[in-house]
Amino acid sequence: MKFGVVRFPGSNCDQDAYYVLRDVLNVPVEYIWHADTDVRSYDCIVLPGGFSYGDYLRTGAIARFAPVMDSIRAHAERGKFLIGICNGFQVLCEAHLLPGALVRNVGLKFICRQVHLRVENAGTPWTTDARTERPLRIPIAHGEGCYVADADTLAELHAGGRIVFRYCDAEGHPTSDSNPNGSVENIAGIANASFNVLGMMPHPERASERLLGSDDGRGIFASVIKRIARS
Amino acid sequence: MALVKVYITLKPTLLDAQGRVVQNALASMGYDGVKQVRVGKYLEMQLDGEGDTLRKQVAEMCDRLLANPVIENYRFEVGE
Repeated sequence: MKFGVVRFPGSNCDQDAYYVLRDVLNVPVEYIWHADTDVRSYDCIVLPGGFSYGDYLRTGAIARFAPVMDSIRAHAERGKFLIGICNGFQVLCEAHLLPGALVRNVGLKFICRQVHLRVENAGTPWTTDARTERPLRIPIAHGEGCYVADADTLAELHAGGRIVFRYCDAEGHPTSDSNPNGSVENIAGIANASFNVLGMMPHPERASERLLGSDDGRGIFASVIKRIARS
Repeated sequence: MALVKVYITLKPTLLDAQGRVVQNALASMGYDGVKQVRVGKYLEMQLDGEGDTLRKQVAEMCDRLLANPVIENYRFEVGE
């Protein structure tokens, strides 16, 4: 089993993801440079948070055309696992590996704080080990995290059980007050149709040790590790 | 050499949070006739080529990179 964490110019959560995988979950992990073109040795690839290419033009718009992205698309098409966190989610939407788009937060502010998330589908490769008895507490840190999608896309997401996480209150209700950024239907994370690709705005790598206030994010990595180990 | 001006706007169905703030600021300055503000992007490009080939190339640039068709519309003008 091997994980890879992509480094684009401007990635800044790459070390956190690498550390959590190597030192907290004890799985082999390597960095993948944005100019690399062969990622066939990896079972799961992380597109980390940050401000790839300075967020110029639109978040994720330039990273989508980084040399490594063709091989990452092929990786996803082979059914291997791919998770985009925050800026990584934005890159996945720009690359059309996930539907919809992430636009400026409704309140225009950059928001960095803990949020509650409800696991909407506990049967995905990313959520079988995630806690479901209460909402997850995982931080967000973004200025462009408002998820938008047209009605047809939302219907497809619903029909396929592809809405994986929703922002909610401490009791697990996805209220408008608990929606930090204006995302349609409080959507915080979605998967592709075959569930091997996940995008989420909250940062599970920042919530993987109790020392940091919450280890609720750890279950997301633990789930996919278990799935890879089984296959 | 052609000068191409590209105008990118958020689709009308999307809330433009920036536009709304600008509209409120204008209202607070006393411009109470402002019914709506939408903030977009404007790009100028100098590039070789002309005619339909050039227009086709610019449209392709817009579709692939300059605009995100999921959330944005674009139009462009080709000049000298």
